[in-house]
This record gives sequence, structure tokens and C-alpha cells, in this order.
Amino acid sequence: MKARLAEWIVLLRPGDWLVLAGALALCVLSALALWRGGAPDKAVVRAGGKVFAEVGLARAQVVEVPGPLGVTRIEVEPGRARVASDPGPRQYCVRQGWLTRSGAVAICAPNQVSLSLAGGAADYDSLNY
Amino acid sequence: MTPSTIEIVPTPDDQRIARLAAAAIVLTVAEAAIPLPLPGVKPGLANIVTLIVLARWGWRDAVWVALLRVFAGSLLLGQLFAPGFFLSLAGSLASLATLGLAMHLPRRWFGPVSLSVFAAFAHIGGQLVLARLWLVPHDGVFYLVPVFALAATVFGLVNGLVAAKLMQGRVSG
Repeated sequence: MKARLAEWIVLLRPGDWLVLAGALALCVLSALALWRGGAPDKAVVRAGGKVFAEVGLARAQVVEVPGPLGVTRIEVEPGRARVASDPGPRQYCVRQGWLTRSGAVAICAPNQVSLSLAGGAADYDSLNY
Repeated sequence: MTPSTIEIVPTPDDQRIARLAAAAIVLTVAEAAIPLPLPGVKPGLANIVTLIVLARWGWRDAVWVALLRVFAGSLLLGQLFAPGFFLSLAGSLASLATLGLAMHLPRRWFGPVSLSVFAAFAHIGGQLVLARLWLVPHDGVFYLVPVFALAATVFGLVNGLVAAKLMQGRVSG
């Protein structure tokens, strides 16, 4: 097996290795450049239908949003955000966990609070003419 | 039968090119039977022939063989003048142009593998430009670039190695 491999490797000249390395680098770079469309850059917090806060996703922080039932705590970390606690009865928005993609939304309907991520190349929800 | 007034006498050059093009066409047809997950990703085995022709008989013959392969291959597969044919043609022209430049790299350092990888990248480049301009006029086609680039790297390496292996022990040039 090893001898077989060596038989093929002798066919590669020094410049060939360079070209292959360049080709692989191009693959990785193109993937990094073209496939990061979903990366969000800010979190939008709404309370009672109005924008309560727009928080950048660069650093960690906690936003406390008052609603009719109490305070909803929203936790932001670099690149992601979640609803850490909510006074609502069913806790759907808390159980959604960390939101990481642009356009992702967690809605705490009873407390009228929503958290959504925006920025990057956000996919459209709908389009009409 | 009335004897034809025009007689075309094939020169030994013509016969050699026809033989080599036939080999390339066989590889194209054989390759069409290989199931592949993505349209546009193909091993491009016929390029092995192009590489060998380039190394042994020069660029002009390589152009002849590659273009004859594109036309006759698509004719056999029922693809002549279908979108796939034009993509193939655009890719071949781009890769032939690139080979024309890359063949002047010092042979001591850059072997068939380098040429093969360059040609493979030029091939996807030519195809993508045509696809973007004509078939899918939207930047969405570039979403697939990393996949195509990886395929070009892998198949470029494999084809280049096979070509190098076939030429091993022969005087190239």
C-alpha cells in the first residue's frame, strides 16, 4: 500500500505541491467567503410590537425587557442570543435556546416580547409583487 | 457511383488527431455513465488525453483534440447545442487558454498535475461565467463555487497523476 502510494507521489514535482496547496486554500477561502451568509450581526428586541432595543452581537450582555407579565431576560453572546428567562406559562421562547442564524426569531407571546437576529444576508420571509 | 470531384486526403497529422480525439470521446461517453450527485461536477477524464497531447504534440493539437471531443462527445450523448454543451464548450475554451499559458511554466518544477489543476479551475471558471451570464442570471450560482473548487482540486490531481503515470518513462516534448 505504502509502496503504491510512493509510486504516485514521485510524479508530483515541487511546484505541483505548491499549486495543490493554493487550490486547497482557494477552496477553503471561497467556502468561508461565500458560505457565511447566515451570520447575524445584531439582535432586535421588540416589546408590545415596538422595537425595544437593538443590540450588537459583538459582546456579551443581558437585556431586561418589561412586559405585561413581568421581565423577560435576553442574553446576548458574541454571534448568538437567547431568551434566558420569561414569565410566560409555556416557556416556548426560552426552550428555543440559542439563536444563531440571521432571521431566527424567538417569540414570547404572553409577555409580548420577541427576539430576532438580523444582518448578514438575511433570507426573505416572503416576497410579493 | 460517380467519383467525387473533391478528394480530401487526410494527412498523418489528421489521423493522429482523430485517433487521440476518439480516445477522449470514449472517456467522455464512459464518464457519462458514472452517477454523480451534482450537475456540473464531473471527473473530466477526457482531460487526461488533452494533457498528454499537450505534453507530446503541443498546444495546437491539444486544442483540436479537446474541441473535437466537446463536439463529438455531446453529439453522441444527444447534448449537442443543449445548455450542457455550451457550458462544456466555455469550460474547454477557458481551460485551453489557461493551458496555453501554463505550459510555459518550467517543466522541472511544474508537472502534469499543476497543468491539470490549472485546467480544472479554468474549466469551472469558464462554466460559471457562462452560467452566470446566461443560464442563471443571479449571484446564487456562486454559492456552489466551493463545491466546484474542491471537485476541481481533487479531479485535477487525479487526472494529472494519471496523465503523468501514462507519460512516465517516455520523453516528453
